[in-house]
Amino acid sequence: MTEILVTSIFQQNLALSFFLGICTFLAVSERFETAVGLGLALIVVQTITVPANNLILNGLLVEGAWAWLGLPDVNLTFVSLIAFIGVIAAMVQILEMTLDRFAPALYRALGIFLPLITVNCAVLGGSLFMVERQYSFSESVVYGFGGGVGWALAIVSFAAIRERLKYSDIPEGLQGLGSAFLVTGLISLGFSAFARLEP
Amino acid sequence: MLSRLRTVTGPIIANNPITLQILGICSALAVTTSLSTALTMSAALTVVLCLSSGIISLIRHHIPPVIRLIVQIIIIASLVIVIDEFLRAFAFEISRQLSIFVGLIVTNCLVLGRAESFAMHNPPLPAVLDGLGNGLGYSAVLILVGTIRELLGAGTLLGYPMLPLAAEGGWFEPLGLMQLAPSAFFIIGFLIWAIRTRWAAQVEPPKFALKTRRAVR
Repeated sequence: MTEILVTSIFQQNLALSFFLGICTFLAVSERFETAVGLGLALIVVQTITVPANNLILNGLLVEGAWAWLGLPDVNLTFVSLIAFIGVIAAMVQILEMTLDRFAPALYRALGIFLPLITVNCAVLGGSLFMVERQYSFSESVVYGFGGGVGWALAIVSFAAIRERLKYSDIPEGLQGLGSAFLVTGLISLGFSAFARLEP
Repeated sequence: MLSRLRTVTGPIIANNPITLQILGICSALAVTTSLSTALTMSAALTVVLCLSSGIISLIRHHIPPVIRLIVQIIIIASLVIVIDEFLRAFAFEISRQLSIFVGLIVTNCLVLGRAESFAMHNPPLPAVLDGLGNGLGYSAVLILVGTIRELLGAGTLLGYPMLPLAAEGGWFEPLGLMQLAPSAFFIIGFLIWAIRTRWAAQVEPPKFALKTRRAVR
């Protein structure tokens, strides 16, 4: 369990070693506060959706899931992509309504980023990795949480560095996107030092 | 006719989806450790992009605006499932290397972005051409990065040895860094720098320019 947690945060960081959610990562890291908000939202969404998709996969889609209805040969894993996207969209919608009702301050702070999480590949990627590595339910809870924390850690540190770079004198062609890529590369290089970490 | 041609050629360099529009970067970085995976991914994405743009453009008058995102995602996901099963059936080894990234075409912002910004407002033929152009622009970057990473990281191209390896008596020492994640960021960063030096119109103006700077010049 601890191994899955530590690996998903450091060695196999979703953003820095699998490049998941990089579009959002680059677009929403200009300010430190929004990066923290988005990171928190992603942790919550990831911790809920990965176990939920695990339940859906094992309860409805895998071969033999419909055996109790007398249909032992039905294998629906090919529709898992659509099912996962549906679950993620529904979860984000529910989370949005819950936050709006019970934590309006946080809801306003997250603003547009919450619905955007639906199309963040880190969330779908987490669920697909859960399938590929055949995690059990409790493992998927830990993996979802760890993956979210890792992504949040990456975007928060990236936003912090980017705020420092605001006033620096960068060559013209590198301004904006170019320097963002180089900085992400350097952070990723730093994170690859964790590969030696013994959990 | 010329304007149609421009729809195809425009996104290849001048309006490239990866280096300018910041769309579809996730998969572009992840599948470029070797040229063969980059080629397969480019082909898969271009096919999905053309078909989804065409289909969405055909039914654009019948999609209720409120649920248009869901309709678009369902269409894209169905196409991706077909491609994924196709690769598993006919190119299993490559499909295993691509791992989850074929499935992630569903959330690739490039596909959804083109559907939302172009296919919803244009007739089928320009929409398909726009999909083709953006697919080719995406492929160009993927193939370039894939070539650099495989050539310098392993000394091979498509699995065939290109540079004589030091381990086998040659002079070339493979750069292990090229096979790791950070190199993809660096290569695309430098690529953007090169493109923006050549096409200066793409340079982003600094948001917090020093006021004294102009006076000094």
